[in-house]
Amino acid sequence: MREGASKRVSILSEKTSSDALPDFRSLGVIARALVGVNFAALLAAAARAQDLAELADNMLEIAAVLEPALLGSLISLYVAHPLLAKLPYRTGLAIVFAIVVAVTLGILWLGAMAMHDTSAPGTLRAVAFAILVTALLAAYFQLRARAFSPALAEARLQALQARIRPHFLFNSLNAVLSLIRRDPKRAEGAIEDLAELYRMLMADTATLTTLDNEIEVTRQYLNLEHLRLGDRLAVEWRTEAAPRDALVPPLLLQPLVENAVYHGIEPGIERGTIEIAIYREGDRVHVRLTNPYHPEHQHRQGNRMALANIRERLALHFDVESTLESGVVGANWEIHMIMPYRRKK
Amino acid sequence: MSSAPLRVFIVDDEAPARSRLKELLGDLSAEVPNVVVGEAANGRDGLLLLPAAEPDVAFVDIQMPQMSGMEFARHLAALERAPAVVFVTAHGQYAIEAFEVNALDYLLKPVRAQRLAGALAKAAATGPASRDALARASHGPRRFLSVAERGKILLVPVAEVLFMKAELKYVTLRTRERDYLVEEPLTSLEQEFGASFVRVHRNCLVARNAIRGFERAGAEDGEGAGWSVLLDGCEERLPVSRRQWPTVKAIVNG
Repeated sequence: MREGASKRVSILSEKTSSDALPDFRSLGVIARALVGVNFAALLAAAARAQDLAELADNMLEIAAVLEPALLGSLISLYVAHPLLAKLPYRTGLAIVFAIVVAVTLGILWLGAMAMHDTSAPGTLRAVAFAILVTALLAAYFQLRARAFSPALAEARLQALQARIRPHFLFNSLNAVLSLIRRDPKRAEGAIEDLAELYRMLMADTATLTTLDNEIEVTRQYLNLEHLRLGDRLAVEWRTEAAPRDALVPPLLLQPLVENAVYHGIEPGIERGTIEIAIYREGDRVHVRLTNPYHPEHQHRQGNRMALANIRERLALHFDVESTLESGVVGANWEIHMIMPYRRKK
Repeated sequence: MSSAPLRVFIVDDEAPARSRLKELLGDLSAEVPNVVVGEAANGRDGLLLLPAAEPDVAFVDIQMPQMSGMEFARHLAALERAPAVVFVTAHGQYAIEAFEVNALDYLLKPVRAQRLAGALAKAAATGPASRDALARASHGPRRFLSVAERGKILLVPVAEVLFMKAELKYVTLRTRERDYLVEEPLTSLEQEFGASFVRVHRNCLVARNAIRGFERAGAEDGEGAGWSVLLDGCEERLPVSRRQWPTVKAIVNG
């Protein structure tokens, strides 16, 4: 754990401190480009049209060139992404423009060949449109990346505030105090766990960490809870198939498990089990968390806040590629989180 | 204060918290003579064990499963020889204010020996907290009603009560099994349990989810025809007063 900080890979902080190209392999970026370009085409078609019939004609004419050029550009960028990501922003952007223009010209040329028509009246207009739309999209993604940096700072602050539940800290300290005379060795271990946990709580949440780290922090947290809750808390880990090198936002698992203890174990007198299953399915990482459900304790605050914060951070890091669902399943509360499987390059 | 050591009872759902408190009380025994006469991990066990232990002071954790420390203390108040209660909580100042525990005696976790000594001395001097102060500090309706019988505290789950009926100075609680008498005004019960009980008559509240239907009754009465309410698991028909009829009907229909 001590090497944890150096193991972290800075992904978002680089993007926010200096400009970077968007991830051309991310579903969110591709979807935004598709929608943005088609919307621009619609505007261009509408600008030249007198009525609705003409608009449809214009759109059809534009689409014949635009759609293959757009798809071709996106596929080229998808393929070129690892290379582009290594280049400085300006050089990368210039190459993006070059790719888009080349693909557009290629499509126009193919079209002319197919139609046996070499007059090609719209070439200049099509290339100008391609450059304009690419510039607009580049500006959009840059603004969006910049807009994220305050949001991340805020998320970090929120995470910190939501995390330091005085209830947990003071009860844990009290439990450690009770150990000092009877079992000094265990008391030492508990204070070490507490220190590690708080180091993590105060770390930068803008950078991604490994799933392995996240599991480790959660284990330390659960050690502390075991200390005060004793037999009432049972934990079943199913992490044999967990992709431990997967990159995840820090403090993703621990707050969810803390919620599970707070809402699922503490309100009960009987022994309760928290089940944590983490596994990989293709290029997706699944986290499933189950705890006993106590309907009469839903007035306890904090659950929705913690969930909202995690949802927000998942969206910031993974955009539309992550989901978080929660609900009552039988006698249990279940949370199912899905993230893309990303690794340190 | 007599020379006899103070008898102390501890209720906390966390075992380490109980042993820490015992440790500190042991350290203080020279300064403030005391003896721990019992402990419990939750409110229900506490109510079973505490009366026989006859403590002078009870240290009670506020946040406990199933029955909060606050509700536990309210049930204790039914005892003839109720101990002074000192609440113990890990919550900060904000929560203390929200709970209105200010009016009562409390200690923050982790507990310091000197504060504990102060609380012990004070509790011995002031005796049990008033029922009113406890009721004010309570959050939401209780989950049990308590009845003192032969020096023990019987807990009646509010969810099992079919109706509450005021008779002279007592209120009768009827469950499927039997009747209980409690010494609380019907009006304050109505205020506390208004979400699950409805007033059908000047002297009677019935559990909303126990209502099975209504029956035309008392046509031979000089007053003319009225309605009675039929309850699940109970033969007795309870008259609905004319004044309450529109409210009762609206609740059942809506």
